Amino acid sequence: MGARDPAGRMIFEVFRQEKKGQPFAHAGSVVAPDAAFADAWAREQYGRRGESEALWLVPRDAVHQVTEWADEFDLKYRRVDGYSIKERLRIARERAGTAAPGDS
Amino acid sequence: MNARAQRLLAIADDELILGWRDSEWTGIAPTLEEDVAFSSIAQNEIGHARALYELAASELGTDADALAFDRRPDEYRCAPLVELHLMDWAHTIARRYLYEEADRVRIDALKAGDDAELAGLAAKIDREETYHRLHAEMWAGRLRSEPRFRDAVEELWPYALGVLEPDQRPELARRVGLELVDANERGEHTPELTELWNEMTEVRRSDPGATW
Repeated sequence: MGARDPAGRMIFEVFRQEKKGQPFAHAGSVVAPDAAFADAWAREQYGRRGESEALWLVPRDAVHQVTEWADEFDLKYRRVDGYSIKERLRIARERAGTAAPGDS
Repeated sequence: MNARAQRLLAIADDELILGWRDSEWTGIAPTLEEDVAFSSIAQNEIGHARALYELAASELGTDADALAFDRRPDEYRCAPLVELHLMDWAHTIARRYLYEEADRVRIDALKAGDDAELAGLAAKIDREETYHRLHAEMWAGRLRSEPRFRDAVEELWPYALGVLEPDQRPELARRVGLELVDANERGEHTPELTELWNEMTEVRRSDPGATW
């Protein structure tokens, strides 16, 4: 599994969840010979201060990267900047009889 | 000093001195990741030492820092295994592996013992040691077929036996897969301990009684 350097090591990308229920965010990476070493090293590097609820270790090769974008016609109307959505939300909430998140 | 305090100090001294020795790799471990991991494990061991010193201190009417730093080298009760100055990775990992195996036998005995306070602390320490053991076993597994590592394990084996009481040694031999031999016993210190002590207590001795 995965591309290895001359010493037989590979890169594991590390994703960190700070609290239960929160999304995992990319934290960095570790270079390790296998998943067991990656586990031991990432545990110390990204969790020794109790800063992580959980980690995901992903061989870099397993990450499918997307970098090419086709946006030839400058479709500005797909973007929401310029629209005031606040007022519409207020009206919709009034109609539905629900409070805004955080107001309850 | 009563038997309980002596026993607590023996374990605490093992953890403090090994933590100190392992921390000598900070900045120069074989890889960056291992550097962070090894330093963190060294800090954990010193944390275990502190908890054990605190128990001993309440028994002896003193405090943890005084026990850790204010005794003379010949008053420490650590096993010679942890004193050795081993700046070779094969030996360092061999010691970590042997120590963790011995420590497991010792912790299991403490957890099952009559001293409820110590059993509770041992259980707490054991939850961290689980990861130390994973780390040690992972390295030992990887280096197992390397002659340098095997020689180091063999060289340190009599020292590892000295960490445990004689009745606990057959269990360690079974775990590690080596024959029982004469141990390097606790009580005799190596000259390396005095060197380490000079460095470890230097700041504290520079201003006795200071609060930090």
